[in-house]
Amino acid sequence: MSSTLRADPVTTASDGPASGEQLLAVRGLRTSFKTSRGELKAVDGVDLDVAAGEVLCLVGESGSGKSVLALSLLRLIEPPGSILGGEVRFEGRDVGAMPRRALRRLRGRDIGIVFQQPQGCLNPVRRIGWQVAEPLMRDGLGRAKAWDAAVELLRAVGLPAPADKASAYPHQLSGGQAQRVMIAVALALRPRLLIADEPTTALDVTVQAQILDLLRERCRAIGAAMILVTHDLGVVAKLADRVAVMYAGRIVEQGPVADLFAAPRHPYTRGLLRAAPRLGEIGERLTDIPGGIPDLARMPPGCAFAPRCDTRRALGLDRCLDEAPPVFAAGPAGRARCWALAGDAA
Amino acid sequence: MARYVLRRLLLAVPVVVGIMLITFLIKAVIPTDAVTAQFQGQMSEADAAQAIAALRAKYHLDLPWYRQFVLYVESLLHGDLGESIRLRRPVSSEIGFRYLNTLMLTGAALSIALVVGMGTGILAAVRRNSWLDVTATTVGLFGTSMPAFFFGLLLILVVSVWLRWLPVVPRGPAAIVLPALALGLIEAAPLSRVTRTAMIDVLRRDYIRAARARGTGEIALVLRHALPNALLVVLTVIGLQIGNLLGGAFIVETIFSWHGIGELAVEAIGWRDFALTQAVILVSAGTYLAVNLVADILYAWVDPRVELAA
Amino acid sequence: MTDALVDLPDLRVEPRWRRLIGRLLADRSAVLGGAILLLLLVCAVAAPLIAPYDPLAIAPMARLRPPSPQHWFGTDEVGRDLFSRIVYGTRYFLLICAVAASISASIGTLLGLLAGAGSALVDGVIMRLIDVLLAFPYILMVLVVVAILGPSLWTGMAAVGIAGIPGYARLIRSAVLGVKREDYVDGARVLGASETEILFGTVLPNVLSPLIVYLSYATPLAALLASALSFAGLGAQPPIPEWGAMLVNARTYLFSAWWAVTAPGAALFVAIFGLNVLGNGLRDVLDPQG
Repeated sequence: MSSTLRADPVTTASDGPASGEQLLAVRGLRTSFKTSRGELKAVDGVDLDVAAGEVLCLVGESGSGKSVLALSLLRLIEPPGSILGGEVRFEGRDVGAMPRRALRRLRGRDIGIVFQQPQGCLNPVRRIGWQVAEPLMRDGLGRAKAWDAAVELLRAVGLPAPADKASAYPHQLSGGQAQRVMIAVALALRPRLLIADEPTTALDVTVQAQILDLLRERCRAIGAAMILVTHDLGVVAKLADRVAVMYAGRIVEQGPVADLFAAPRHPYTRGLLRAAPRLGEIGERLTDIPGGIPDLARMPPGCAFAPRCDTRRALGLDRCLDEAPPVFAAGPAGRARCWALAGDAA
Repeated sequence: MARYVLRRLLLAVPVVVGIMLITFLIKAVIPTDAVTAQFQGQMSEADAAQAIAALRAKYHLDLPWYRQFVLYVESLLHGDLGESIRLRRPVSSEIGFRYLNTLMLTGAALSIALVVGMGTGILAAVRRNSWLDVTATTVGLFGTSMPAFFFGLLLILVVSVWLRWLPVVPRGPAAIVLPALALGLIEAAPLSRVTRTAMIDVLRRDYIRAARARGTGEIALVLRHALPNALLVVLTVIGLQIGNLLGGAFIVETIFSWHGIGELAVEAIGWRDFALTQAVILVSAGTYLAVNLVADILYAWVDPRVELAA
Repeated sequence: MTDALVDLPDLRVEPRWRRLIGRLLADRSAVLGGAILLLLLVCAVAAPLIAPYDPLAIAPMARLRPPSPQHWFGTDEVGRDLFSRIVYGTRYFLLICAVAASISASIGTLLGLLAGAGSALVDGVIMRLIDVLLAFPYILMVLVVVAILGPSLWTGMAAVGIAGIPGYARLIRSAVLGVKREDYVDGARVLGASETEILFGTVLPNVLSPLIVYLSYATPLAALLASALSFAGLGAQPPIPEWGAMLVNARTYLFSAWWAVTAPGAALFVAIFGLNVLGNGLRDVLDPQG
């Protein structure tokens, strides 16, 4: 009987992160985009938990829905996209049910976000200092005080000559400097959670490591948790407490980073790790799994990874093609969506 | 900044000379010049010939054209715009208050155009594809097809004749209302379209999404984050818009008997009063040039990305 | 995956103009504008058949009659039938469009080609000239030409056309400079074409599409200005049934006979609107990214 217990799908995500109190809880989140080819399910039933102070890395190939998931957490999806269902709770409050004003307070004050293209995210006609000071002024700080605070924030993110740079315009900054500014803006109101959506992808390789170190250092300094979206397993190994692997709009496996790297349970995770053999080196890309991500507008009825899955072929599991796998426990603190785990118990 | 301004001013010098050359042409290439026209059929042949010769000498019409041009430029530099043959007094005495009237009218019209055009443009961009957007776009298309003089007459018909909101011949400050509306509303149409396009472009930029992601309210997002960027685009066409206003003033002033230089120009051309025509054209072109210069400099000053040193 | 190999796209090339007409017919605004233009053309050609009265015939007994079954648009201050005058007015409207557009487009294109393809000296001289001309607002330039040539229907049309030249010249020059960089121009040169042949045989056809787009919005503007000139007494003179000129006397009777103003004004509006919408359609088809 003990074997069936193990094989039971884990329907609730009660086995949350090991350390710290629950900060963010996502259940069954679904986000779609209406396109000419039909409904594109970018996020398709995602469960995710983040504890206070931890670093969760969200990994996956481009097009797997990582960024859409990150935006959905803050309800930043714009038409033709829309959030169709599920629940996002931040410190117990239902983000989906928040009125506009509370949502605005959530954004920036509770959750900060840093995007991929720092240069594009800075307003070209506003001084750097104004852009950092603006959230502070909205928070009730006077103009002069906000400006001084902005300079301090810029100093904290390691921008050289912060007092001068505060009166500079974005086009006068390098990409790395711009991302430092964006980090300062995102953390200005000391949020409890920072979402960093591929924050180093657009930057020179030489500054990527600096920015990642800065992100971790600043989050620790203010005690914020971080969701780091990346497709770089080297970054994951270096920064993450826990990892969530995303594939075709679903989280196929999540767990503590050491467990997941040592004993990946999902065939896709195994493929990823095989494709990036030199862990710890930044800059590895996920490329070497044969086949491509399925068309999100024409998802197969079963497991999205099934067509590419060598485990399925080896085990001859036919239900993978017809029936989407539920979440199974995987390892001491992990979870994975794979039918292979159903029989794993034996 | 000072060097940039100086450079723009120097670049304008050949254009100023060109403008003077063209206004000079008005008098130089006419088949029967202004002086002969004055005396035809008014006195005996011999007397006329003598008087003509005297006047030709007085106006230097007996000199070769390039000497005439130099004299023309010289007198302009002395602030002498010549004498109106029709009004029989110095052109400058007539043009001064007329110019102020036109500035007043175009200023009022520009305010209306800016408020209405940019207001509807911003709203249409923010509420894209709403009934307001569709209405603004349709009305804008009608506006670009509407002859200014017909629109002016319609305004009189509706406001003064049918609704009786204003007297048919308004006096005092009320007199400016209809001409300014006619001129301003027509010009609001293209301005609205430019603003809408610029705003839509700006609103889908990453920095707007980023600002929204950190909790900026919609109104602050539009007014404080998006608008300054869209204004830069609008500023690039504002010179052209003011040119259109100055141009439109010729027609609108005629309809509403607004005594500005537009009305004067139309009259002067009809009278074949060339000194007056020259002066009016010169003043208008000069104003247009100055406005464009100011717009250019303003643009360089406002947009941090323009390198002033270059 | 293999379907794509079997289902090859149809590679037969349709003639370019036929494809364009097909796309124009699918464009709603192009069809609306085309229909209005067609209506204008029919009125102009068949004016004597359509108009119930002589557009110049004075009828003192029927002055300022409101619209009625006898006079659909009413009569003017000397009893002329407004409907007939508006039908005949289409002839002047189209004439103005044609004359103004051909003057600006032909001379402007020639200057633009010379500047774009000629020596640096030629280019410099032409461009300085154009810079000066463009320093005048369009309508001011029109007034300059009218002031020089004197006011009449023909000088008005010519003035609107001449004042439009610098705009065309600048457009064509920049288009030529773009085309000159293309490989097919070098190709033609390698094949031994003379510079003149290249200019008119290779470059000109390739700047036609920006030219047509420009024509489509410069022409209604020119027509608008020409009628404004007439209205100001500096173009077509009464009793010519040109729509702008018809308003000159009618505006005096604005308070008693609104129809005398609204009929020609509305006709002008509809005609300009038609050209503008047609232009929008043309632009969508010829210049999709612009």
